[in-house]
Amino acid sequence: MSGYLAGIVSILGINVIFAYGIYVTAASGQLNLGGAGFQAIGAYGCAIMSSVYGFSVWTSILIAMAIGGAIGFVIAFPILRTRGVYMVLATFAFAEVVAGIIINSEFLGGAVGLPLSDYVEVNAIIAATLLVILFVFYLMSTRVGLAMRAVHDDESVADLMGVNNRAIQVMSFALGGALAGLSGALYALYFGFVEVQYFNALLSIFVLLYVLIGGTQTAWGPLFGASFFTLVPEALRIGEDWRFFIFGVLIVAMMIFRPEGIVTRDALDRLWLRLAPGTRHG
Amino acid sequence: MLLVQQVLNGLLLGGIYVGVAVAFTLTIGILNFLNFTIPVLFMLAGMVGWSLSVYGLPFGLSDPLGWAPSLAIGILCAIGASLLVERFTYRYFKAKHGDATEHAIPLVSSLGFLLIFEYLVLIAHGSDSQAFRTPFADLNWRVAGLIISIPQVISLAVSLGIVAGLSLLLTRSRIGRALRATAENPDAATLMGVEVNRIVPVVFVLTGLLCGLAGALFAVNYGEVSPYMGDNVGTKAIAGMVIGGLGSVWGAIAGGLIVGLTETLSIHFFGATSVQISVWGLLLVLLLLRPQGLFGHNAIGKGKF
Repeated sequence: MSGYLAGIVSILGINVIFAYGIYVTAASGQLNLGGAGFQAIGAYGCAIMSSVYGFSVWTSILIAMAIGGAIGFVIAFPILRTRGVYMVLATFAFAEVVAGIIINSEFLGGAVGLPLSDYVEVNAIIAATLLVILFVFYLMSTRVGLAMRAVHDDESVADLMGVNNRAIQVMSFALGGALAGLSGALYALYFGFVEVQYFNALLSIFVLLYVLIGGTQTAWGPLFGASFFTLVPEALRIGEDWRFFIFGVLIVAMMIFRPEGIVTRDALDRLWLRLAPGTRHG
Repeated sequence: MLLVQQVLNGLLLGGIYVGVAVAFTLTIGILNFLNFTIPVLFMLAGMVGWSLSVYGLPFGLSDPLGWAPSLAIGILCAIGASLLVERFTYRYFKAKHGDATEHAIPLVSSLGFLLIFEYLVLIAHGSDSQAFRTPFADLNWRVAGLIISIPQVISLAVSLGIVAGLSLLLTRSRIGRALRATAENPDAATLMGVEVNRIVPVVFVLTGLLCGLAGALFAVNYGEVSPYMGDNVGTKAIAGMVIGGLGSVWGAIAGGLIVGLTETLSIHFFGATSVQISVWGLLLVLLLLRPQGLFGHNAIGKGKF
């Protein structure tokens, strides 16, 4: 694999995992506009574990995921007290506070950033990405996934049907934190350096857009969204600024023509029917 | 004395946030729509104003314009852009699909417009900050050892005046009544003869006007514009809006001033990098303890996304 291709595949893998981290919360009906905060926690957690405490690569990644998950779990309780716009703003504020703490902490390198001595190969990122994809598809096919869908579609009805809303929502926040943490850890290890400026509000916005534009109804959505918005700009090799302009136009157009995201349950059903007539898929 | 000066600076800085925070609170209070294009509307007024004052009208139609007509055209551009946003985002709010994420549609497309406008300006003028020259760059007023910048005082007065006018418009005029009826219940408003489709653009015109004016005042006060000038002010204004309470015009004023004060005081006591923690930490704590803000209604913004 050439260096250029390896770079693109790694970024694609990291973005897909990150998008799934936001997707698992969105799939149970919460918009998380603080993705960059969770990714930063994973990246810095991994950097500290690997460089300061000298843990091995895999242990550092697992610890980073655990920290991301634990913080997702803890922050879910206060954040779930808020709803709608307030939740979007609370998660946004959370990410800003995380960035603020990092920038003010000497231990975490402040505005300068932290170097890592360890490194992961692109193959490891591919393996992790495939595992995450399989895991999320499996999760969405279980009863838990069904409960998440129910909470997403209608909280009161889900509650009446015996779904423990709060448990589902807290779990999806914790899981989302862990996945975003994993993507952060892989980012840190792949680039060998973390700096807080990378984990800004724009990153949170972008990853949420990958998920919403891909579609939150099925686990195909974020995979499609993250791949589309990582690979297409790469293919459109024009000025950096024009890329983002086109990205903006695409977003507006998609919201007009396919407001539920590109990949919807209906579209998938039709596709399966065409590929294998006579069968029905969820 | 230094502390008093800081408090004063904080209030004057808050004056800039007030206009933008009121724009946010208006769209969220009336349309339940968190409009992310507001920061770029603010930036557009400043950047268009700067561009006209340096290059004149496009296609060589005129020589460089003076600062006042430039900024006036900049404000008009912000209003035009805001109407464009209305056409392509809010019109699609009432999606026919029964999906819980439908309410996120205008939010997401406004993020799209944020990218469109910001990168259009970047393509046209690059990412550098530009100096905006006005005749009264350092007009200061010295009272008892305090330095008071006169343009800043004037702009604080102008933003408060506009907001007071807006408040009157909302409570006293026919349009205001139609707007408040729409805010309460769009369907009932339609039944009572309010043409919702014609009243909604009014909100966007007001949004464009408030943001454009704030952007123009920013350019005059700080003598500097950049494609990124809206990002910081926009996020601080969101914080101010939430602190004041979503949908409350006077709350947005109080919130904007509180954020300005928090910012300068935390720089004074803890250094420049502490702002991010103090402002957003304050917001996070407030959201968790008193989500409706200082003056807000409990019901606004709770609709599911």
